[in-house]
Amino acid sequence: MQIYTKLTSSYFPLFFLLIITITGCTSEQTSNVESGTQNQILHIGNGTEPQGLDPHFVTGVSEHNIITSLIEGLVSKHPENLTPVSGMADSWQVSEDGKTYIFHIRNDAKWSNGDSVTANDFVYSWKRALTPTLGNQYAYMLYPVQNAEAFNNGTLKEFDEVGIRAIDSQTLEVNLNQSTPYFLGILDHYSTFPVHKNTIEKYGEIDTRGSEWTRAGNFVGNGPFILKEWEQNRIIIVEKNPNYWDADNVKLSEIHFHPIDQQNTEERLFRTGQLHITYSTPPEKIETYLNDSPELIKIHPYLGTYFYRINTTAQPLNDKNIRLALAMTIDRSAIVEKITKGGQNPAYTLTPPETLGYTSKSAIAYDTDKARQLFADAGYPNGENFPEIQILFNTLDTHRLIAEAIQQMWKKELNINVTLYNQEWKVYLDTESSMNYQISRAAWIGDYVDPNTFLNMFVSNSGINRTGWSNTEYDKLIGLAATEPNQKNRYQYFQEAEKILNEEVPIIPIYTYSKVFLKSPAVKGWYPNLLDHHPYKYVYLQTDASAY
Amino acid sequence: MFRFVLVRFLQAIPVLFLVISITFVMIRSAPGGPFDSEKNAPPEIIQQLNERYHLDDPIIKQLGDYLGNILRGDFGPSFRYPGRSVNEIIFNGLPITLELGFYAILFALTIGISAGLLAAYKPKSWQDYLPMSFSMIGICLPSFVLGPLLVLIFSIWFEWLPVSGWGQFNGDKLLPSITLGSAYAAYISRLTRGGMLEVLSQDYIRTARAKGLSEPRIILVHALKGGLLPVVTFLGPAFAGLLSGSFIIETIFQIPGIGRLYIQAAFNRDYTMIMGTTIFFAALIVVFNLISDIIAAMLNPRISYQGKN
Repeated sequence: MQIYTKLTSSYFPLFFLLIITITGCTSEQTSNVESGTQNQILHIGNGTEPQGLDPHFVTGVSEHNIITSLIEGLVSKHPENLTPVSGMADSWQVSEDGKTYIFHIRNDAKWSNGDSVTANDFVYSWKRALTPTLGNQYAYMLYPVQNAEAFNNGTLKEFDEVGIRAIDSQTLEVNLNQSTPYFLGILDHYSTFPVHKNTIEKYGEIDTRGSEWTRAGNFVGNGPFILKEWEQNRIIIVEKNPNYWDADNVKLSEIHFHPIDQQNTEERLFRTGQLHITYSTPPEKIETYLNDSPELIKIHPYLGTYFYRINTTAQPLNDKNIRLALAMTIDRSAIVEKITKGGQNPAYTLTPPETLGYTSKSAIAYDTDKARQLFADAGYPNGENFPEIQILFNTLDTHRLIAEAIQQMWKKELNINVTLYNQEWKVYLDTESSMNYQISRAAWIGDYVDPNTFLNMFVSNSGINRTGWSNTEYDKLIGLAATEPNQKNRYQYFQEAEKILNEEVPIIPIYTYSKVFLKSPAVKGWYPNLLDHHPYKYVYLQTDASAY
Repeated sequence: MFRFVLVRFLQAIPVLFLVISITFVMIRSAPGGPFDSEKNAPPEIIQQLNERYHLDDPIIKQLGDYLGNILRGDFGPSFRYPGRSVNEIIFNGLPITLELGFYAILFALTIGISAGLLAAYKPKSWQDYLPMSFSMIGICLPSFVLGPLLVLIFSIWFEWLPVSGWGQFNGDKLLPSITLGSAYAAYISRLTRGGMLEVLSQDYIRTARAKGLSEPRIILVHALKGGLLPVVTFLGPAFAGLLSGSFIIETIFQIPGIGRLYIQAAFNRDYTMIMGTTIFFAALIVVFNLISDIIAAMLNPRISYQGKN
């Protein structure tokens, strides 16, 4: 024993001394929330590490959250109701036919390096966003602009023919293919944001993908904040931009975006006072928060629908009555109450209710008796002789639980056998796009607040239809809605189209999304809205509010 | 010695070539590409991206070009993070993963050797059973269980240590290092015990005792060198395993090392990043095996550099 004591006594203190020395060499102190609230520094959990900060080729939500702090578009949105408010343009006029927009760029609009923001900056930026060789996956957001699609797919070589031009340095004219009532709504999407021409060309060409212009120190933006620090997979810090036109109303001094892809880690960081706001909430923790700390958990509707795609090209699912029967036997209330539990709403139609004032009048009924009758009429009384079908989903526990619930519902109500199989995300996307599935879990989050973002998915030539379903009447109605300037008539076309969708059932809507996140009570000016967009100039931290 | 190192180094070249070629072909055969998404990107755009990254070239040409580039030390741009090169991403993450691995191995050696020595000194007593039982638990308990468990106890209940991070908060390196090192500590303790038991029963130890040497001198000077030989042989692959296996720890504790990037790259089909990290880890394993062989040969003269006993 003596020898052991001698040996260990020489090891242990050495080890712990070393560890303590190593770990004690760090500087930052414990509670981000306390110190952040005092200094107007907001700490946000921001999901995955952003792909980049160049608005013309990134595609994700975490990128959106950062880019909107650094760059501002022609139009911004009201933080509560998302109506267009002035951004870089302080005013605009729309022609009577709804096809021409004149934007007046504000005189005090400046880039973070002090240069003035001009109409030409937008012409250059949209040219860049649409340049085919840049490979911008969101270029289609600008397709309502005349000839934008032709330029983007390479059939039109001259950008001069695209419907955007600078009348003078402060006046921008945009011509659209047809009246597009949601056009102003897409102008605060980052794919339409301006970039600083000299900075882009200092670090590369107009179509250089991934030059160093987005690095801290190089980045020139026109938004309320400027990029201060970017350590990959660790943190992105933005600080207040004194050259921003509305800098007087920006209350936060800094925002720290923490890329945290693990929900549980993020929740633990929130619990220990390191984050003001989380990106999401682990589903299994929602109930606990609702019961124990309801003031910390926030739930609000989110513009998205969870649904199942059906491959309509092969038996037995090529029969619309079979598809309808399947859709009629899903107890959606049970799914949102017992599985997702995060404030989601059962969906009986694709477009979420109250999407820019539009709510579908048609819906798929929950009617198990009628479903059984439809099955019997199709030659499968009590599910007899009905072949086994498969549900595909990308690997995630929630998707599995929902698929298992639906498997049981269909077994119970229709007496049919369903098998489930999951695939990793990219494999799943490949399987779905190659139509090598029968029923596949899917979801769609609206790009902008308008029924078109949902209903346009299922026109015959859409790249994301992926059901094999095609209906000429449906295509015609969506086409008519696209050219109809009158909102009431336009919605009527959408109503008729959605009715067809609910009768033909190429998809089974299951629930509409909600946004569930944790928020310190110290955060003010962070309003719930359908797109989960939060213009940071309205956000502030109230020092007298106790976070916990 | 020099010839031994040279031969082993030359042997590593075909190994790495095979690793590169097989990985290159396999990742391109996996369904789904780097630019697939649920969004409605027009086919022309996807075509442009494939052309830009030469993904539409024949695979043999792609492999040839790639090999040419890596010989020049260029691992290419990341597909997922277009603004960054694979070289830059690896060299940003590498010091962090190395540091994590270093602390973990330090922990593993300290705890493992101490526990192994204690167990070997008093075999079949409670001093043996207790550490060996703990080591069995250490081997059985996966890091994705141990990590959150330690966080729950030390960060959430006691509030002594941060829940995650690396170099951002005081003490945030402690839990990841312990979590990563504990399974290895368990192995090392069992290897030390086995090695020491074998050495302590040798004639030369009996002779040393008969000569009246003190126990610490017998253990530390005479027995330890031979007794730790299995540990030394284990250390090379263990350190390589620590580094390449650190992705779970890096994910749990939000550490920006390359283990985490490796996994993300695979899910994102970031071909160049997968290749870069695979080559890096393969090279690491080859190098650490080589170092471990050299040290083992130095400790045990019966192992010749030619590999003949």
